Amino acid sequence: MVKNGSEILVETLVEQGVDTIFGYPGGAVLNIYDALYKNSDRIRHILTSHEQGAAHAADGYARATGRVGVCLATSGPGATNLVTGIATAYMDSIPMVAITGNVGTSLIGRDSFQEVYIAGITMPVTKHNFVVRHVEELADTIRSAFRIASSGRPGPVLIDIPKDVTAATCEFLPGEKVEVHEEYEVTEEQLRTVADMIAQSARPVLYFGGGVETADAEDALLELMHKADIPAAHTMMAIGCVPESEPLSLGLIGMHGTVSAAWAVERSDLLIGIGARFSDRVATNPRRFAPKAKIIHVDIDAAEINKNIGVDQAIVSDARQFLTKLLPYVQPATHRPWRTQIATWRTKLDYVPKDDESVLKPHQVMRTVAQMAGADAIIATDVGQHQLWAAQYCGRSKIHQFITSGGLGTMGFGYGAAIGAQVGDPDKTVIHVTGDGSFHMNLNEMATAVSYDLPVITVLMNNRVLGMVYQWQTMFYEQRYSQTQPGRKTDYVKLAEAFGARGFRVTNIAELRAALEQALQRTGPVLIDCEIDREERVLPMIPAGGTVDDIVSG
Amino acid sequence: MEKYILSVVVQNNAGVLARVSSLFGRRGYNIDSLTVSATTDPKISRMSIIVQGDEPILEQIIKQLLKLEEVMRVDHLQEDDSCCSELVFVKLSAPDIGARDGIRQICDLYDAHIIETSEQSMIVELAEVPSRIDAFLDVVSNFGVVEMSRSGVTAIQK
Repeated sequence: MVKNGSEILVETLVEQGVDTIFGYPGGAVLNIYDALYKNSDRIRHILTSHEQGAAHAADGYARATGRVGVCLATSGPGATNLVTGIATAYMDSIPMVAITGNVGTSLIGRDSFQEVYIAGITMPVTKHNFVVRHVEELADTIRSAFRIASSGRPGPVLIDIPKDVTAATCEFLPGEKVEVHEEYEVTEEQLRTVADMIAQSARPVLYFGGGVETADAEDALLELMHKADIPAAHTMMAIGCVPESEPLSLGLIGMHGTVSAAWAVERSDLLIGIGARFSDRVATNPRRFAPKAKIIHVDIDAAEINKNIGVDQAIVSDARQFLTKLLPYVQPATHRPWRTQIATWRTKLDYVPKDDESVLKPHQVMRTVAQMAGADAIIATDVGQHQLWAAQYCGRSKIHQFITSGGLGTMGFGYGAAIGAQVGDPDKTVIHVTGDGSFHMNLNEMATAVSYDLPVITVLMNNRVLGMVYQWQTMFYEQRYSQTQPGRKTDYVKLAEAFGARGFRVTNIAELRAALEQALQRTGPVLIDCEIDREERVLPMIPAGGTVDDIVSG
Repeated sequence: MEKYILSVVVQNNAGVLARVSSLFGRRGYNIDSLTVSATTDPKISRMSIIVQGDEPILEQIIKQLLKLEEVMRVDHLQEDDSCCSELVFVKLSAPDIGARDGIRQICDLYDAHIIETSEQSMIVELAEVPSRIDAFLDVVSNFGVVEMSRSGVTAIQK
């Protein structure tokens, strides 16, 4: 049947299984919004306060549900406001489709009102992008975008649609939802080699990242850990893949990972990296990372192999497919001396923060939040000290429950992401852990949470400084606190109330518990302002470029 | 630093050149030359790219190129197993008969063509492998290069 571009967009989105999008209207997308108005029973549109919030919400939605997140913005500033959100999704390999309107094709290239070349701007931060110049190409372009976003190593795809294309008509042929089934070839020789390397290893360590979550490979990973008795450390992107209580879990690895994990990698004779990319926040010194180990690297993206670190055995595969194929080849084993050694490091070297009930210690706040919110709660963070405290002390035991900007490190990510997660998973408790710096960046999204009655609980780790940079200035810049003490006088309780949310200010654990009890009634968005001492640091820490020899633990 | 010849088959879409050059810019790869040309199929173009680097960089460049949606194929061409050629125009200062004779002799040696002669200068054309063009330019530079334009390499597997 004949439809216009805007109707085709809606039809194709519905066809691709989309029932929710996050966006903000404007001149170039008026036709699209008109079609959304007429189809509001088929697609729910969440109006954020700012396009950046829409992009982060689509991202958070994707991370919480495992589905493709969709955001929509108008041309020009609407489109550029999406860019940080798109780049955030790109760095963390999150499937997202971003749709932008543009000025009509006759106005393109003339510096027209609200015109930018968003395809050019987003080229380096998308898997691919499209400018749709003819309405006849629109439906298939959208289908391609969903295929690209969710296949292989997932990532964001942008579709730019000029205004005249949203009005032009053509015959629309309904299609099928894009289903991605990719088989990755792993040879028997590769499987035997890996199994042999595992069999010959006395001190093996697994190091895994977000690729395990993306591939739903957590069960197969656990099976390998148990079968061959291999301790495993995870990146921040893989929190929740292995249950917190798992004895073979070494916890977080990297700049603020556990000391025992760092030593295990340092002394390992075999390191198996799965769905992780040896980034500079993990391999802080790539030349001296796992110096005694043979390295096996399994990743779905061939370009990750030998990019940051040279490896002895490379496998290009989806993590689950590889692990499932590998398991029959692996001999059951035990590495008792190795585990004993690691247990010793754990008791002797791991950082243990000191409790103090009279004030708010970051680790106690995080543990209280995690415990009261429960095992099913989703934690969405911003970026900075609070993010690492959440990663260290709000461990999750299931996937899709720890949402954080790991690669790009986007301050201001958290609230939008929490909104997206809450919309995607309405029955779950969503905790937004933030700092006063990050919160100030996109606090306007509290208005969105109020509009849609989303019971997001914001736990604000308020130390009145830009904590992570402040920490580096303390440690490496002789306490020259350049621009990290903003001197804000924001009254967060009043702010929350002004937005129509509820606010609490707490200064000790008992008050925090009382506030959380009320917040967890989940009647609407709540902010809990937690007063933290500014001298609190994220520990332990391996400074950039350093190794286990440089660990700071106190 | 080694030089490598890559032959890249791409979909002939608007923006594909920008996408490839953006990749090189973003990842800090050095391009010596890049040419784009039509193929027998109007939907497909061929890029010939000369890059500088070492083996690991070459491996990364090829893999990163293959990740681009519009890149259909990447071949690393070996010099002895491929045909590659570049076109150069060079305008040389030739104010007197002595200079002109000298330039003519060198052109004969390199099989270069004199395509324009004026009172003060001569324009010479040469299509050759880049190393031979380098050698030719080295020799004729003694006469004084007024202007020069090189096309960049185009290449094909034997």
